[in-house]
Amino acid sequence: MGMVLGTFSMQTKQVIYRRDKVDDELEMTMVCHRPEGLEQLEAQTNFSKQELQVLYRGFKNECPSGVVNEETFKHIYAQFFPHGDASTYAHYLFRAFDTTNNGSIKFEEFVMGLSTLLRGTVRDKLEWTFHLYDINRDGFISKEEMTDIVRAIYDMMGKYTYPALKGDVPKQHVDAFFQKMDKNKDGVVTLEEFVLACQEDETMMRSMQLFENVM
Amino acid sequence: MAAGVATWLPFARAAAVGWLPLAKKTMPKPPVDKKSRSDEILIVNVSGLRFQTWKNTLDRYPDTLLGSSEKEFFYNEDTQEYFFDRDPEMFRHILNFYRTGKLHYPRQECIQAFDEELAFYGIVPDIIGDCCMEEYRDRKKENQERLAEDTEAEMATDVPLPPNSTPRERLWRAFENPHTSTMALVFYYVTGFFIAVSVIANVVETVPCRPPKGSVKDLPCGEKYSVAFFCMDTACVLIFTFEYLMRLFAAPSRCKFMRSVMSVIDVVAIMPYYIGLVMPENEDVSGAFVTLRVFRVFRIFKFSRHSQGLRILGYTLKSCASELGFLLFSLTMAIIIFATVMFYAEKGTKGTNFTSIPASFWYTIVTMTTLGYGDMVPNTIAGKIFGSICSLSGVLVIALPVPVIVSNFSRIYHQNQRADKMRAQQKVRLARIRMAKKGTTNAFLQYKEDGGLQDHDSDSAALCLKNRSSFEHQHHHLLHCLEKTTNHEFTDELTYSEMCMTESVGYRTSRSTSLSSQQVVSSSCCPRRAKRRAIRLANSTVSVSRGSVQELDTLQVLKSSAVPQSRSSLNARTEDLKLNCEQRDYTAAIISIPTPPANTPDESLPPSPAVPGILRNSRSISSFTHETVKISSL
Repeated sequence: MGMVLGTFSMQTKQVIYRRDKVDDELEMTMVCHRPEGLEQLEAQTNFSKQELQVLYRGFKNECPSGVVNEETFKHIYAQFFPHGDASTYAHYLFRAFDTTNNGSIKFEEFVMGLSTLLRGTVRDKLEWTFHLYDINRDGFISKEEMTDIVRAIYDMMGKYTYPALKGDVPKQHVDAFFQKMDKNKDGVVTLEEFVLACQEDETMMRSMQLFENVM
Repeated sequence: MAAGVATWLPFARAAAVGWLPLAKKTMPKPPVDKKSRSDEILIVNVSGLRFQTWKNTLDRYPDTLLGSSEKEFFYNEDTQEYFFDRDPEMFRHILNFYRTGKLHYPRQECIQAFDEELAFYGIVPDIIGDCCMEEYRDRKKENQERLAEDTEAEMATDVPLPPNSTPRERLWRAFENPHTSTMALVFYYVTGFFIAVSVIANVVETVPCRPPKGSVKDLPCGEKYSVAFFCMDTACVLIFTFEYLMRLFAAPSRCKFMRSVMSVIDVVAIMPYYIGLVMPENEDVSGAFVTLRVFRVFRIFKFSRHSQGLRILGYTLKSCASELGFLLFSLTMAIIIFATVMFYAEKGTKGTNFTSIPASFWYTIVTMTTLGYGDMVPNTIAGKIFGSICSLSGVLVIALPVPVIVSNFSRIYHQNQRADKMRAQQKVRLARIRMAKKGTTNAFLQYKEDGGLQDHDSDSAALCLKNRSSFEHQHHHLLHCLEKTTNHEFTDELTYSEMCMTESVGYRTSRSTSLSSQQVVSSSCCPRRAKRRAIRLANSTVSVSRGSVQELDTLQVLKSSAVPQSRSSLNARTEDLKLNCEQRDYTAAIISIPTPPANTPDESLPPSPAVPGILRNSRSISSFTHETVKISSL
């Protein structure tokens, strides 16, 4: 009797398993993505056709399915910073690039982000950076958000630094930042405050120009 | 860092803009990229098959040939492509590695060829992707084993015994490889015969024979003809003891030999006899003695020296030890479980056979191996149900490890077959290789005969010389240089053996050596070129009349001939040729030619009157001195 029940139960389990597998496979096939045409992208971004070609070839080679998911992104970014832990910052970066918020970066999002960073105006870049810092997308950068970001950046440095990281260096860094940015001292930084403060900062403006020729 | 990540580097650098507001200091200047950023397509021509790829693709792995500047060595300016004279089929896989980052091993290719290609292109085999790694490792291991076997096979059997081996070594060799000498073979067969006789005697001993007169009971033959059997037994044991002692004496490492399986079997086979001799005819002890006789059956294992199949079987079992162990373990588990169950199931029945759990072991074993003797059967329903489950599971448990053992046996057996085939073909192969080698050495000797080593104008050069390739010319020149360096000349096997023979003839024979004027060969063994010269005379312009060994006493008159002749005869001259012949004392006589004065500018000749003549017999002891002897003309 027990055996009869046993065999029946095994049967149902098998069915469920099969359905799951089918779903998975479907999902995998749906994820393959093709970007918009070359001309459209050329119009939307500040890259030339040649540059877009090179970018896409590299992108497609790394991600044949056409999209990057967060895990892969973190893994790739971690390769560049082997000393410390880049996963938190990579997470924030991923969210900054993933403008559609669907958990994966398509080639268009990738290229748009790059276009802003490399060929955009100063204001565009500053806006992008603001969006990077504004984790919850509420239009304000709070001290907590900033602390998270700064901690993530210091995590990438790793343990072995010179001079050694003593005390709560991220917190001090954030305090200094807020000192500079928060004009009306209301505890949050808005986009306008941010852009204004940055444009006043000579050092930063000079550094911005250095990144034009990365591509 | 993984090479594919290089594509993402510009992105990571761009994302660094996000740090700018936080930066306390100015960012450093980015490195200036002097070379053009635009990607270009490279053409790689591999034996005619053109591959095209982006330069960036190849740059991904800068520590390989294609990724580094090493490929510039292969750049062809005229065709603007990189040319490699390698296998184009293999190159496909190499290039795919650059493209996908994963190296795959093509199953249909030879593992060694693949390894060589990888070594050429500077790719480490360790990065083979997981999908192909196992196959690659297996094939590599198999190949290495095969090579080791081959070298072993080469070295083992047909290596001729070193000439100065002790009788002990020779004896050991005779034992290990019986087919090397007739005596060994005879001994091998004799021992085999006696093993068979001994085993058959053991068996027949127990067969009941017709009882002797006056007795009713059937007697086993052993007791009826006890004397005869005893004599046979004694003879066999004597032979076995003798063989064992011989092996022990001849073994290179006695301790190792005593520990080996075969020697243990030998000892166990002959011990019972000796123990039986030593022990007194005591009733109490004879029981134990009878048990000892059982060990006589071990003599049958001595056959494994004679039969390769037995050895393979033994080796298989040894190599499948883990599978066998697993089989045993799982069987034991199952037996215990089922025996317990059956015992408790049948506990209630009256007069049951299942008196205890160990008693049920027998039933379980018989059922699991599907023997089913029927001496113990369950009576209760529960017992019958469990009994059927027992037999079903028995089939499964036994069937599982068996294919592994079978495949192991098959592999080892085929390996052995291959080794045997190789050994058989070895002789033919070696002979063929020797022939080929002889071809090349003969080429040089032929070259010399044709007068190749002298300077000649294009006119006088023989046609056969002209047809030789420049490579051959250079090679022969090299050999000639070696000859000049060592002051010896190359010769062939025939003349060498002749020389050794004539050496032993003694110093009374004057040997005719080369004919040139002033040269005396003091140390050269014998007219090693005797035969060769004769051949040479036949087909070259050199009319050196050198007699064969038999005509040593006569003076050979040389026909006058042109200069080349004397030159080549100079070359043909037996200069110092140290041979491994036993006797060193000999005389050499050089018969000169009544040719034009030997104005041959031979640097090796010490200046002496260039008067051709007969050399007198000179007795030489040292092997290397060049003695010039006055020559008088005929």
